[in-house]
Amino acid sequence: MIKQLHFYGGIHPAEDKVAQSVPIVEPPILETYIVPLQQHIGAPAKAVVAKGDQVKRGQLLGEAQGFVSAPVHAPTSGVIREVTTCLGPSGAQVPALLLASDGEDTPAEPMPAIDWRQAPPGDLRQRIAAAGIVGKGGAAFPTVVKLSPPPNKKIDTLILNGVECEPCLTADHRLMLERAEDIVTGAQITAHILGAKTILLGIENNKPDAIEVMRQAVGDSGIKVCSLKVRYPQGAEKQLIYAVTGRKVPSGGLPADIGCLVQNVGTAAAIADAVCRGKPLYERVTTVTGTPLVSPGNWRFRVGTTYADAIKLAGGVKEDPIKIISGGPMMGMAVYSLDIPVIKSTSGILLLSQDELTQFDVRPCIRCGRCNDSCPTGMMPGILSVQIENQRYELAEKWHVMDCIECGCCAYTCPASRPLVQHMRRAKAEVQAARRAAKAKAEK
Amino acid sequence: MTTVILLTVTGLVSGLAIGIVVKFFGTTPNPLEEKLLELVPGANCGGCGFAGCEGYAKAMADGSAKPGACPLMNDAVVQEICALLGVESEPRKPMVAVVCCSGDDDHAQRMAFYNGVNDCQNAMLVAGGGKGCVYGCLGLGSCARACPYGAIEIRPNHIAVVHPELCVGCGKCVLACPRRLIKLTPKSAPVHVFCSSPERGALKRKFCSAACIGCRKCVKEAGENQVSMNGSLAVINYDNPPDAAVAAACPTGALRTTAIMESTKG
Ligand code: SF4
Ligand code: SF4
Ligand code: SF4
Ligand code: SF4
Repeated sequence: MIKQLHFYGGIHPAEDKVAQSVPIVEPPILETYIVPLQQHIGAPAKAVVAKGDQVKRGQLLGEAQGFVSAPVHAPTSGVIREVTTCLGPSGAQVPALLLASDGEDTPAEPMPAIDWRQAPPGDLRQRIAAAGIVGKGGAAFPTVVKLSPPPNKKIDTLILNGVECEPCLTADHRLMLERAEDIVTGAQITAHILGAKTILLGIENNKPDAIEVMRQAVGDSGIKVCSLKVRYPQGAEKQLIYAVTGRKVPSGGLPADIGCLVQNVGTAAAIADAVCRGKPLYERVTTVTGTPLVSPGNWRFRVGTTYADAIKLAGGVKEDPIKIISGGPMMGMAVYSLDIPVIKSTSGILLLSQDELTQFDVRPCIRCGRCNDSCPTGMMPGILSVQIENQRYELAEKWHVMDCIECGCCAYTCPASRPLVQHMRRAKAEVQAARRAAKAKAEK
Repeated sequence: MTTVILLTVTGLVSGLAIGIVVKFFGTTPNPLEEKLLELVPGANCGGCGFAGCEGYAKAMADGSAKPGACPLMNDAVVQEICALLGVESEPRKPMVAVVCCSGDDDHAQRMAFYNGVNDCQNAMLVAGGGKGCVYGCLGLGSCARACPYGAIEIRPNHIAVVHPELCVGCGKCVLACPRRLIKLTPKSAPVHVFCSSPERGALKRKFCSAACIGCRKCVKEAGENQVSMNGSLAVINYDNPPDAAVAAACPTGALRTTAIMESTKG
């Protein structure tokens, strides 16, 4: 029997991928879209349109501010009704534009297509930046920054992430089934930019149809499709690298340190769109799922579609949801407003019903060690959390708290229901603040 | 019996050794520093900006710190220290902390049920704790735990309130609050704006019935040089504060004299 590829630690939660057989649907044009100017990590974009301006689909609405930033484009044609703010999925108010659509969906003049095989990497990077492409896996890091590693770090392996280990979500799965060619092209463009020789595509073996379709799509392009044993969080960068290459990212390091770069399949498809068709990123596939919904499924939403509209498009609810999560059940964030818009990194909207929700009573750590076994980074979350509760952040730093990927495996396994991830986040925030303060002091 | 003798001898020898070390290698205590150490309050709250009272006494002795930086010391002691150091005493302004928010459970909307770690800074890391107003008090008591004088109370309706008679103005709570709601104000100022949201008035109203809505009635009443507007938020000029009567002009109750509000619910 062939050795099954996977990583250290992790868990296997119930998959609940009810929407995996539902094809991606193109929703009708809505009346209004609220388009945040910050849909990425880094500086928010600066609006280049004003109240009352007529815009076309794909037209630039906000330009990037600095290198780590991304431009924002119009999801449809219409009028800018207001330059305002809106609630983002993180719970903070972010600058946004209220766009009233005219129903025509008139496209703007697309950027010229590029023949990527002949084009120099610089031109391709510029196009990816201009199209506002960000990592679609969740973190929304501007792709062009990722594709510009420092010259002393040579990337030899590009890893495509088709794992989708998060329970309930099926957007990437559907994308692989329906847009396999574009994913392959996007991967080839990325490898061309980086000069990477090897391209690996990781897919968990609970998606045999996607593995089959992708194997056919790659043909003789040299891309290797790796079937992985189902394990959460296989889709995390470092865990995926280990599963497919056996290489380990050093503590505190980046994948580029070991010559790897991981990219989500959705991002690859967006790159193909931008380069071959001149289309900026203003829509994405999002899974809307959960038992309270009438018809869970996968939609190609324009950015700026509010969660309320998204749920309405999914047929509405048959019972009142008690909790709404932006993203999946493990890594997602609970949201308390349905006015939050879908952004470039919204992979899913998950609704939970009353009987699916458990309220935990936090109890002291019983030192059972289950969290240690499940932590994919090899930390000791339980003991760490006790130190963090006592504000011993320096010790936490020494114990590698910064390596925590916030996957939630520890909290999932903890029999004492300890809010371990929240403790880790707190320590990470404190350590970062301390590092910033130390840096500011050193500069002074 | 042998044990007793042995222990006695060991004790005597060690005592002698310590005595010799102190006599020949110990630092000569600075008499000025000793005197100052007696005068500092010994609360070790850090309000002076030094690590504890001893650090402050040392800094005063070598001239790198001024008397009067300690918020806890009363004027008589400051005078005494000034005399010891031979410096002029500078006028001091006693300060008191104010939590600039009225958003308790009776007035502000709670959008979500939060059951994470019981700490404001932790709550901030998960979608801001679920309060409608993203600027308002979370009521989980980071400030109260940071206060060395127990001057902050978390009211049963989830808002932090500073008790002015206990607060010495050390400023610890100012740094502890992740919402940056706490201001150090002169003790003599009678009224405060108990709201910190810079949002548009309409948006604030949506989430909180006691917010400052930017109606400018207080500005009209007191004049621009006593109260000014920063967007939709009234700002008191603490160098020239208005008197208590201006509070009557405020339609929402955000401008008032005491932190504790009447509960509107039974
Ligand atoms: S400590 Fe961090 S990386 Fe480890 S299991 Fe918990 S959340 Fe995941
Ligand atoms: S799983 Fe929970 S109870 Fe067990 S050691 Fe970890 S923190 Fe403690
Ligand atoms: S309320 Fe704030 S300023 Fe006043 S004593 Fe407590 S920590 Fe110091
Ligand atoms: S004033 Fe700040 S620290 Fe104190 S309870 Fe309110 S939000 Fe928390």
